[in-house]
Parts: sequence; C-alpha cells; structure tokens
Amino acid sequence: MVEETTTQQHDTYQRIHASREFIELRRRYQTFAFPMTVAFMVWYLLYVLASSWANGFMATKVVGNINVALVFGLLQFASTFLIAWLYARHATQKLDPIADRLRDEYDAEVSR
Amino acid sequence: MSATDTLVPFAADNSHRPLTTTLFVLVVLVTLGITVWAGRQTKTATDYYAGGRSFTGVQNGFAVAGDYMSAASFLGISGAIALTGYDGFLYSIGFLVAWLVALLLVAELLRNSGRYTMADQLAFRMRQRPVRTAASVSTVVVSIFYLLAQMVGAGALVSLLLELEGDAAKNVTIALVGALMIFYVTVGGMKGTTWVQIVKAVLLMGGTILITVLVLAQFNFNISDLLGGAAENSGAGQAFLEPGLKYGADTTAKIDFLSLGLALVLGTAGLPHILIRFYTVPTAKQARSSVLWAISLIGTFYLMTLVLGFGAAALLSEGAYGQVAESDGNLASPLLAEEVGGGPGSNGGAILLALIAAVAFATILAVVAGLTLTSASSVAHDIYANVIRRGKATERDEVRVARGAAFAIGAVAIVLAIPAQNLNIAFLVALAFAVAASGNVPALLLNLFWKRFNTRGAVWGIYGGLSSAVVLVFFSPVVSGKVDPATGENLALFPASVDFSWFPLENPGIVSIPLGFLFGIIGTLTARDRTAEEKYDELEVRALTGAGAEKAVTH
Repeated sequence: MVEETTTQQHDTYQRIHASREFIELRRRYQTFAFPMTVAFMVWYLLYVLASSWANGFMATKVVGNINVALVFGLLQFASTFLIAWLYARHATQKLDPIADRLRDEYDAEVSR
Repeated sequence: MSATDTLVPFAADNSHRPLTTTLFVLVVLVTLGITVWAGRQTKTATDYYAGGRSFTGVQNGFAVAGDYMSAASFLGISGAIALTGYDGFLYSIGFLVAWLVALLLVAELLRNSGRYTMADQLAFRMRQRPVRTAASVSTVVVSIFYLLAQMVGAGALVSLLLELEGDAAKNVTIALVGALMIFYVTVGGMKGTTWVQIVKAVLLMGGTILITVLVLAQFNFNISDLLGGAAENSGAGQAFLEPGLKYGADTTAKIDFLSLGLALVLGTAGLPHILIRFYTVPTAKQARSSVLWAISLIGTFYLMTLVLGFGAAALLSEGAYGQVAESDGNLASPLLAEEVGGGPGSNGGAILLALIAAVAFATILAVVAGLTLTSASSVAHDIYANVIRRGKATERDEVRVARGAAFAIGAVAIVLAIPAQNLNIAFLVALAFAVAASGNVPALLLNLFWKRFNTRGAVWGIYGGLSSAVVLVFFSPVVSGKVDPATGENLALFPASVDFSWFPLENPGIVSIPLGFLFGIIGTLTARDRTAEEKYDELEVRALTGAGAEKAVTH
C-alpha cells in the first residue's frame, strides 16, 4: 500500500520521466550535486584529520597570533559559503527553467 | 553545553536580577502573544503541521536558524572556546559544513516529495505502516534526546541566570519551561512555533552582534591581539590557539574526534525538527532560499561565537574565568556581556548581562517548542492517522491527536528531565546527532537516489542505524567505566564500581553510520519490491520538478 496516484497522474509522471528534458534536468542536478558533495566531504575530513594528526603543521604561525589552524578553520566557513552560492546560481540558471516547464506541463495534463 | 551540579552565584552583586527577571517575563509575554495570535489562524491540518506552507524563504531561513542555534551552541560553543580554546571551534565547523548536505541533497527534494513528516518521504513509494512506524520511532528518539538536553540545560541555566538556589528551583524551572512549550505547540502549532523561532533568531543575532562588536572594540578590531590576549590570560599559552587541548591526547581520542566530526556533518540533514521546516514554504525554490539564509545566519553566528569565546578568555578577570570553568563554560557569554558593558556593578554591565540572559532564555523556549511539535506531528500523522487509522482519520481528528500528543510528549520530557539533571548535556546532543546520522540519513539518501531501495531496506536501515548508535553508546565509557586520569573522579553515568564498557569510543558515528547504510543495503538486496521500484520514477520526477507536490494553503 503506497501513496495512491490516479492513472492520469501515473501516465504523466511516466511520460515526463522518459522525456529528454527530464533526463537532462537529472543529469544537470547530479553532475553538480554529487561531485560537489564528495569534494566538500573530503575537504572537511582533511581538516578534521589535520586537527588530530598534523599538530605541528596546524600550529604554524601565519601572521601575528593567527596560525594555520585558524586559517584552515575559517577556510571551511569560506568554502561552505562559496559552495552554497555556487549551488544557488547553478540551480537558478540550469535547473529551475527546466523544472518549471515540466511542472507546468504536468499541471496542464493532470487537472486536479 | 553541560549543566553544573552546583549553583554558583556569579555576579558580584544582584543589581542585574530585577532587570533579568523583567526581561524574562517580557520574553514569555511576547511569545505567548504570538502563540495566541497564530492559534486563531490555525484551522486545517496543513496549518497546524506546516504553517499553511505560507512562510517565505527568508522567514523560514530565520526559523531554521532559530531551531538550529540552540542554547547548546550559543552558550556551549562560546563556553567551550573560552575554556579549551581552538578545540571549541571544531564543533561549530562541523555544525556549519553539515548544511551543505541539507542544501545539495535533501531540502528541495524532501519539500517536493513529502507533506508533513520525515516519514512521508519514504512512504511515498513504500508500504506505509512499517516505514512510518520506523521513521516515527526514530523521530521521537532523536527529538527526545535533544529535548532532554535542552530541558536539563534550561533548569540549570535559568536558575543560574536568576541566581536561584537549590534543586527545587531547577525542578520548578523545568516544569515551567515544559508548560510553556506545551502551550506554544498545542495552541500555536507550526505557525506559532515558527514565529517564536523567527523572533528568537533576531534576538540572538542582535545580542551576539552587539557583544561581538564591543569585544572587538576593546582590541581596536585587531584579531591577532584578541587571540594573543586569550592565549596569555587562559594560562595555556600558544597551545590555546592550536587543536589538541581537549581532543587528541592519544589515538583513541583522535579516532573519537573523527567519529564526532562525522556525526556532526551528517547528522544535521537527519534531524527531524529541521527537516519538517522545509514543509512550511510554498515551493522547493523557497526551501532552497531558506537553507541559504540559514547558512548565512548560522555561519555568521558561529564566527561571532569565536570572538565571544576568545574574548571571554582574554577579558574576564581570574575570578570570573573561574566561574566560567565551574559552569562548564555556560556562563562565558553572559559574564563577557557584563564585562564589556562596563564590568560587574556597573549599570551597563547589568543591562547587557540581563539582555544576554534573556536571549538565552528565548533560545531555550524556542528550541524545545520546535522539538515537541516535531514529535507530536510524527505521532499524530504517522502513527495515528496512517498506521492505526490506515489513512481514514479526518483532518480534525488528526490535529486533535497531534495536540494531545504534544501534551503527552511535553509531560514525558518534564518527567524525564528532572531525574536526568546529572546527565552531561553535550553527550545527549552528540547522541541525538549520531542517531540522526545513523538512523535517518542513510534511509533518506538511499530512498532519494537508489531505485532498488525498498520497504525492508528502509526499515532495516532505520532500526539498524538507530540501535547500533544507542547500543554502542550504552557500552561506551560515557555510560560506565570512565574516570578522570588526573583526579580519579568518576565521569561515567553509572557509579565507579560498575564497568561494562567494551566500546572504546564515546562517539559511535564512525561505526554506526556505515552500519545504517549497510543495514539499508542488505535489507534491500534480500527483498524484491517491484512497486517501490516502479514508484521511484514518479518520486524522481516529483522530487526534481515539484510536479504534484503539496501546495500552499490560501485562506
């Protein structure tokens, strides 16, 4: 017993799923989200590991009392803000137009 | 954040107390007013569970940030930095980076494919009753651990800030906080709770910005001087600015830290009270905008806790710093506010101290309300409406049960929090993150991205991940057999004479998160569920385009 959909809804979902536009939408989403997730996880884990196993390196002074550990930590903030911004830009430019079009098609075909 | 067992009067005189009390009462009155107003506008189930899906991305972004920045992060992280220097900062980085998982992989897809609860997303293509039961159990377990942490913190903290003496005062505080939270949730529903979060987030950001600027002004906005002052005044020297003061004594401690880091970064996207926030906006675009706002607010906030923490270490007098240590760090921000306001005894000091205390109080009230609402929604929508009544309950019945459930969960939380006062709060929060990361995240991600995933996989993944996290913690040194190597003091929950621990780490994530995925994968591969696989195509279309997704309510 799963959530029920009408035959009309089912057919429309199937049609959209097989459409070239949807396949392109999914590709654009996945080719951004998946590699980016791997990248920020590796970058974050590198930081966690360096904090435990590379004390000497992390203690290196950069300027005044500011050391590598602090800079590395602040870079994690910077990269988080940057990736969030990149994703927002990618989604607005590359994903939303296709998604909007497909949703309109769905609404037109399925009278709710 | 950890509570103190003994109450320490912390200000040199009581000049701040009438003002603090007045501000506390003001916070209560404002939030009660919002709740009553929101309650009048709550008519349908969608109003109650999801605030009518009519919040904007900005509003919900503030509410998400309000839900996330608990007293544990406000007082706890600044306190941890004040006491252990750089190591306190490590927490906030994990808490922030975690939002990328929510942004890239979860928020929009969840908004498009669910209705009211985390379980909706799984139930879209699976057998309703088993997956809803599992997801509901996990929602309630995570929320209760988190709720207990906040309630225990509330008891200790409010009595500390108002300088009330003794256990009775703490118990009364817990009961009062519990009663307020039940009122917010039963009367105001999601609409009331969201507005309480927004107000709290604004107060918290405002208060933190003010103190941060005042601290930086003392050092002519030179960060290096601030750090130097902190290193010197803390007594730890340069080590205060480097990792390893708190973690990293030996290899076990280092692996433990890695394990904590994993739970922090993966747990956020599985916290039910955060997930259901994405249903309060009309579209996936607004859900995205909520997360972007939340990331900006939370990131800025954590950067400021760095200044607060190092500022407290640099500026507080020896006596005040001792009180911070005695409160396990919780008093770092309030005492720092007093210091930069003009010092103990001054009017400015009293005003700022009272202000920060009131902000902390608002923070606690808002977070406990969000957690109670989440559990109540899951009990009513998943268990009552779909498991017991098999989807045949009316909206009216469902909302009635949700209100009843909020009352019951609130009562349970009060009853559990009173004896739980000696539990370490940081432990409860970390456990909530570990359970969310091990039980919820694997099931959510596998459901969204793996066509073959099915009911058995979801059920095994949730129960498997959840129980591995809980069992491993039970047999960890946190529960039994942990002693302070220097003083020989017992640091475990059980008395020193009992030691049944065999799992060396305090944070189970590094083992329990992979187990959650593994259970999900094995469960899936040992069963075949054609319906779930066929429905995946629909889920994919709906999640990525929003076709057929729940719409906003128009009144």
